Amino acid sequence: MTLKTTLKINGKDRTLDADPRTSLLDALRNHLDLKGTKKGCDHGQCGACTVIVNGRRINACLTLACMHDGDEVTTIEGLGTPEQMSALQDAFVRHDGFQCGYCTAGQICSATAMLDEAKAGWPSHVSASLGDDVSLTDEEISERMSGNLCRCSAYPGIVNAIRDVARGGAR
Amino acid sequence: MNQHLKMDRPQDDVIGTMAQGVIGTAAPRRDGPVKVTGQARYAAETGTGAEAVGVLVRATITKGRVTGMDSDAVRAMPGVLSVITDKRLLRNPAQGTANAAPVQDPGQVAYFGQPIALVVAETFEQARHAAQGLKVRYAAEEAVTDPFADTTEVERPEAKQTEQGDLDAAMTAAEFSVDSTYTTPAQNSAAMEPHASVAEWDGDRLTLHGSYQMVKYNRNELADSLGIDPANVRIRAPYVGGGFGSKLGIAPEAVAAAIAARDLGRAVRVVMSRPQVFEATMRRSGTRQRVRLAADADGRLTGIGHEARVSNLPDEAFSEPVTMATHFLYAGKNRKYAHEIARVHRTCAGSMRAPGEAVGMLALENAMDELAHAAGIDPVELRLRNIPDVHPENGKDYSSRRFADCLRDGAARFGWSARNPKPGQVRDGEWFIGMGVASAARGNILQESQARVILHADATATVETDMTDIGTGTYTILAQIAAEMLGLPLDSVSVRLGDTDFPPAAGSGGSWGAGSAGSAVFLACQKLRQSLADMLDTDPSELTLRDGTVTSSNTQQSLADLLSEDLTTIGHIEPGETSETMQHAGFGAHFAEVAVNAVTGESRVRRMLGVFSAGRILNEQTARSQCHGGMIFGIGAALTEDMVHDHRDGHIVNHNLAEYHIPVNLDIPQLDVVFLEERDAWANPLQSKGVGELGISGAGAAITNAIYNATGVRVRDYPATLDRVLPGLPDD
Repeated sequence: MTLKTTLKINGKDRTLDADPRTSLLDALRNHLDLKGTKKGCDHGQCGACTVIVNGRRINACLTLACMHDGDEVTTIEGLGTPEQMSALQDAFVRHDGFQCGYCTAGQICSATAMLDEAKAGWPSHVSASLGDDVSLTDEEISERMSGNLCRCSAYPGIVNAIRDVARGGAR
Repeated sequence: MNQHLKMDRPQDDVIGTMAQGVIGTAAPRRDGPVKVTGQARYAAETGTGAEAVGVLVRATITKGRVTGMDSDAVRAMPGVLSVITDKRLLRNPAQGTANAAPVQDPGQVAYFGQPIALVVAETFEQARHAAQGLKVRYAAEEAVTDPFADTTEVERPEAKQTEQGDLDAAMTAAEFSVDSTYTTPAQNSAAMEPHASVAEWDGDRLTLHGSYQMVKYNRNELADSLGIDPANVRIRAPYVGGGFGSKLGIAPEAVAAAIAARDLGRAVRVVMSRPQVFEATMRRSGTRQRVRLAADADGRLTGIGHEARVSNLPDEAFSEPVTMATHFLYAGKNRKYAHEIARVHRTCAGSMRAPGEAVGMLALENAMDELAHAAGIDPVELRLRNIPDVHPENGKDYSSRRFADCLRDGAARFGWSARNPKPGQVRDGEWFIGMGVASAARGNILQESQARVILHADATATVETDMTDIGTGTYTILAQIAAEMLGLPLDSVSVRLGDTDFPPAAGSGGSWGAGSAGSAVFLACQKLRQSLADMLDTDPSELTLRDGTVTSSNTQQSLADLLSEDLTTIGHIEPGETSETMQHAGFGAHFAEVAVNAVTGESRVRRMLGVFSAGRILNEQTARSQCHGGMIFGIGAALTEDMVHDHRDGHIVNHNLAEYHIPVNLDIPQLDVVFLEERDAWANPLQSKGVGELGISGAGAAITNAIYNATGVRVRDYPATLDRVLPGLPDD
């Protein structure tokens, strides 16, 4: 048995006819040739598969593709190319915000959505209050990025890269 | 046209005299743009989509035999193609540099979670479902799983029980002494990319796209496992999603994929699940260590004892070399070492980042802190007083060693003088604040390596070697070496890695990759410089190569004009007498400021500094990132990482990233790393030393020493979780 699902991925309609057990992550990697999104744990524990669905970052391994008919999905491939990197992608290269590169797509998708969350005033666990504007201190960045594990431990570079972009750092 | 060098003598600094000025700079990673945009293809992603998918099945007993399984029922499930129980399947991965197959035969179970079969289906969903549904029958046997039980069989290899002088007498005569026992838990490398292989046959020739650190060894291990000629095996690993030792040797998924692909006549992809990575690859052995230190009234060591028990499966040659750094770091006439290997039925133990130092230096550096307090001597000063002139056991000189400078420089930068030596004195609200120091030392090793460098007629160059880049910066560093030597802009050099079709290099492990593979590139470039000099009828030392221009005495011309065809050469480095005549190691000092919560016992690292002397730094940015990585592994080891084995059957209780706690972003403050200027002429022609493991060596001890300074609580059982700190906190 298969299910037909149409998703808008990186601005293009993509139709999938797959086993209903197929996670969004496996749909991207195994059916749609979008292999930039990584599988690190398949359990929602590491964040390597983070993609942006309807503007919000989610773990693509924890949701089934067939639940996303009509949804807008942005993956790492939709953010930039080696020739034309997004500001965050460029900052990750400049600040060495990765080593092996396996968690990197998830980190960058996560950071992309996180910057919007902060702009919208969403508080985090380390925010001093629930109501004020969010100022992206290093502690705020670290807390908001703690769902994305990096075993190479590029955390200092990741924070530097995100801070740079959050403060309007030039490319 | 090859250039060969056996390191029998110290080498002059040649690359430092070149004109391009790119070596050592913080050049951004060459592989950066493809990695940050998701274009780099890791092993599991190399398939066309037409490949079949295999899922490994795990044993649910600890020891015994598989007597049967309901393969037919599973074969009847939708999409299932095959259930493979071939006797060639691996019990566990090969140890690093094994170069031959590890123990095979999935019918004999030696630990809980061992792979015993591969279920192959058209899709991942079908294969996973079928693998979970496979019913297996066993004849289970009693199994010993506790390395520290009185009844556990223990090996004591004679060569590792060594003694010099009389430690017992030194302890009795000592003015100050320490006799403490420490334990460290099992750990997992937990690289973000799970072990993955895509196998494909073309007649008798196998191509394996795998996630591996040392492909020249892995090719032989895979061929030996399958019973085929290594000449018929090609392994490709251009991008590897982290290793830390866990991908040194060929692993069960590779052999399973190769067998399945052969049987089915089509490509097969096998990726381990995260729990399988924990259960069926490698663990770092847990340890129990007794450290004895004897010192005179001035705090000068008169004796050191370091006795350790580690564990592994039966028939495994590896055992965690706990006392590695203890042999050469500190003075002391009377010395005693013991090494016990408990044979237990737990997941295989193998190399994880800095095997030996990573756990041995936790105990040694905690003991030094205990001695400092006992003697009333500043812990930095105590270490300075005990730096030996020569290797205290074999009398060798050190090839290079700015150990004392690391301690002094670090203390000054960190503001160590502000530390209150009396524990429990500094408060910041509900937090106790403390500072700790620990030394860093990690042996430096050169390994045989080859690399091909092609200087193209258009004044660009290509480097080819089977060396891997597992996040270590190899793509970038090798390009910098070639660009520096050939006087080319960095963008004019391309680097191709991770393919056994290229000349064999050392592989990534033991911190030897950059120095070894880099030296091979250096040698190839030296030969190319000779060729250019010959064309101009001059000596290579008279040549200045810069930005694609050749300058020799009074003439200047573009390199492209000089070249009429591609020049190809292979550089080949081999270790020689310098490895034997000198003691080789990188050194450093870690400083940590830690806050311990007075209410909960939670420890947070507030700031941390590592000062290192590691010879020539080849890329300042990638080297710093390697040290960050090592130090953060140290923070994990000190505070959170603990792979828990069930006492009844040895199975790993927390075989996932939610319950095995590697550090997350908020656990890590900004870290400072400083490299002292150093050259090591005895190490290799680049005069560099390894940095990949130096950063973890000793790092965790700086944190637990800081916890002691903050609270007076001496944690001797790692990690320093809340429950181990809370009961000893001072009363408010």
